Amino acid sequence: MTSDQTDAFVAFDRVQKSYDGEVLVVKDLNLHIGRGEFLTMLGPSGSGKTTCLMMLAGFETATHGEITLDGKPINNIPPHKRGIGMVFQNYALFPHMTVGENLSFPLEVRKIGKSEREGKIKRALDMVQMGDFINRRPAQLSGGQQQRIALARALVFEPELVLMDEPLGALDKQLRETLQFEITNLAHELGITTVYVTHDQTEALTMSDRVAVFDDGRIQQLAAPDTLYEEPQNSFVAQFIGENNTLQGTVSKMNGDMCEVTLADGSLIDAVPVNVSAVGEKTQVSIRPERVEMDPNRLTPGAHTLKAEVKEFVYMGDIYRTRLSVAGVDDFIIKTRNAPDQRRLTPGEQIEIGWRPQDCRALDA
Amino acid sequence: MSDATGPDQFTGATPDNAIRNAERSDGPMLAADGRPLKRSLARALRAQKMRALMLIAPLLVFILVTFIAPIVDMLFRSVENQIVSETLPRTVVALEEWDPSDVPDNATFAALAYDFMAAAERREHTRLGSRLNYETTGISSLFRQTGRSVDDVGEEYAEQFIALNAAWEEPETWATLMGAASWVEENSGEVEGAGTLFQLSPTARDAFPEAADAYRSFARTIQSEDDDSPMAEEPWNTVYLALYRDLSAGYATEYDGPMAELIAEAIPAVADFEGMTPREAFEAIDEEWMNLQIWGTIEAFSDPFTAGYFLTSVDLQLTPQGVEQQPEEQRIYRLLFWRTLFMSGVITISCILLAYPIAYLLSNLPTRSSNLLLILVLLPFWTSLLVRTSAWKVLLQQQGVINDILVWIGLVADDARLALINNQLGTIIAMTHILLPFMILPMFSVMKTIPPSYVRAAKSLGATNWTAFWRVYFPQSIPGIGAGCILVFILAIGYYITPELVGGRTGTFISNRIAFHISSSLNWGLAAALGSILLAVVLILYWLYDRIVGIDNVKLG
Repeated sequence: MTSDQTDAFVAFDRVQKSYDGEVLVVKDLNLHIGRGEFLTMLGPSGSGKTTCLMMLAGFETATHGEITLDGKPINNIPPHKRGIGMVFQNYALFPHMTVGENLSFPLEVRKIGKSEREGKIKRALDMVQMGDFINRRPAQLSGGQQQRIALARALVFEPELVLMDEPLGALDKQLRETLQFEITNLAHELGITTVYVTHDQTEALTMSDRVAVFDDGRIQQLAAPDTLYEEPQNSFVAQFIGENNTLQGTVSKMNGDMCEVTLADGSLIDAVPVNVSAVGEKTQVSIRPERVEMDPNRLTPGAHTLKAEVKEFVYMGDIYRTRLSVAGVDDFIIKTRNAPDQRRLTPGEQIEIGWRPQDCRALDA
Repeated sequence: MSDATGPDQFTGATPDNAIRNAERSDGPMLAADGRPLKRSLARALRAQKMRALMLIAPLLVFILVTFIAPIVDMLFRSVENQIVSETLPRTVVALEEWDPSDVPDNATFAALAYDFMAAAERREHTRLGSRLNYETTGISSLFRQTGRSVDDVGEEYAEQFIALNAAWEEPETWATLMGAASWVEENSGEVEGAGTLFQLSPTARDAFPEAADAYRSFARTIQSEDDDSPMAEEPWNTVYLALYRDLSAGYATEYDGPMAELIAEAIPAVADFEGMTPREAFEAIDEEWMNLQIWGTIEAFSDPFTAGYFLTSVDLQLTPQGVEQQPEEQRIYRLLFWRTLFMSGVITISCILLAYPIAYLLSNLPTRSSNLLLILVLLPFWTSLLVRTSAWKVLLQQQGVINDILVWIGLVADDARLALINNQLGTIIAMTHILLPFMILPMFSVMKTIPPSYVRAAKSLGATNWTAFWRVYFPQSIPGIGAGCILVFILAIGYYITPELVGGRTGTFISNRIAFHISSSLNWGLAAALGSILLAVVLILYWLYDRIVGIDNVKLG
């Protein structure tokens, strides 16, 4: 689904944005989104992701750079002529109109005839399973129902691009999961291009074709969810996506596609060099909790191992979560599956841990 | 529910048994002690309610005394009219049989003479004169004139009675004739001051109905007004007139009470008495008494309650022939009401037009700048109303700042300066300015609650700026407009100071007329009626508004 610059449906080209003329909230954004792609902008608040979405929608103008939609620059096109569907965090359903009138609104302003309007509204409502609610007012609907209507409204005029600004942020967990599934299915069924903004990484990972991780006005990494999780390009992405153990150290040996890192207490580990290139560089080593092995039989032969002391054991149902003290770090977490052969550790126990060297990534310090 | 008694069931009053009983009997739910649950709840909440009541009590009393009571009094004054029946009681009774096409008969004029004599003595006739003057001009001076001469009515009869027998000149003769035996006994001899309250003898009352009534009126009046005893004062001439009328009407032929021989002597003599009838006597005082309109007015306003003030308020009048239009040149109130409503409407609309953009700007600016702007909006609130209105006088007058500037620019010739003040335009300009904050604030508070995402959503759905505003933003701001309209219109309709100062002759409101009647013409009844109509108009508008827009939609903050 990835695309290069030539056939991108939406393209941000060296886009910058500043509100006050002093601080850049978006710094040099380059992003190409393919037709039919589901792309998520993920990042903490203030990272510039919503600003990017608003520039695409036309509610903010780029201070510098160009945004193109289907090959045409849209910097000077007002929002209502861009034909982009949008779903807002607070739904933004017009409270003085019924559900039907809300859906009819984008069709009326496009001067579509009454009978055609009715057909489209019915189809859009059926699409989100809300066909029976056409005469209700938004205030009479639950949050989930309102969000479905908002989605139907953004789709009823058949836009090719739909923007969603944290649409599920106000819903409870279960509803959120159902709607995540429905939105992705709908987007893929209709073949529309979707740009989705969220700060919830689970949402980003489960829904997207590609995820753009934003921080400090830049895209830190743009990749498919599995790549993002397993091969983070820098320590911000590693920290932000999923749970992660970090160990500070210095590169002591470069060995082709592997390197050896000396930790603060002098112990050695093996890692894949990602952001380091020379011996003596400071590095932050990242390892996912579920990739840590403590069964001596499953450790990679020849790899370095570390001594660890069990600090805390938490039973979480499907998994065990154990906090260890490793190489002077007290919050080293390992997760093990709750399986019949799995041992429960007790605090104070001394164990030996290790991992496959390719699961451990030496990132920027 | 099964009847099997479990080990946890007790007999007697327990909560569970109470519930069981209630279920079994379909009666009201009972509390544990068997009382109805509702009563128990009320008892439990009583202390709380009492506390709440105590907390609001000071305000409640304050409002009752200073607000509700005056309003009720005002409403009452607009229909209250006891002055006629209190001042002229006999006349009012006599007029019940009156044929409005002719001047009343002698009996009515006699009643008027008795009433008027007592009223003149108590100096109440001028008050009544001014009251009735509101309805028919000229009555006030007529009453004054009559008050000066009414003691001459019946003088010829007094002289003829005295000529017949000098005893008629003696106060004691009259007192003995009319007074109850016990009262005469108590007050004969040397009496200090007024003595005890005069009591009429039943025999005298039966024998001489008019004279007894007239004498009692005389006796009690001099007792209360002059602190004199009837034993020492010769009666008014009207009492002689009354006695003459009684005797010549054939009363008292069988009379055998005190002074029977005097009466017996007088009965044959009165047939030869000569003098004016009461009607002629009043005609002699003032020919206006022959004017049917005067009598019509007295008759029309003889009820203790009247719709007269309200009729006047809408340019109608009560005449003996029924309700009629006021004469053309006296119709002002309907015009004034219409003008008040019309100008308040114009002021409200100007306020909407001026306030909407400001409120929109206020609600969309960043907090810091909007606070500054809000202070500018509120600034006039902190300036005295009088100062602001006077400032408009300075600005708007013909030699004022605005005209000077226009002349200086050359837009207006020096000899054709614009009349911006002392007319409707002046009132509208000044009041729009003064009431503007009352429109801006409710609009602002409503607009602030409209999230910008609605307009964004509308635009993203393809609406132009105007469509997004008109179909999405504007409908949601209507509650603010509604609240502002109610506030401004109701304030405008009762405004007083500004129209008074800048309104001139054509730009004044109904409230200025009310103030005139309260403080200058002292016609409080009419002022109360005008005020009541104003109150009713406001309530009707409020009701209409509730029906059309819905009062729940009004938001003030």
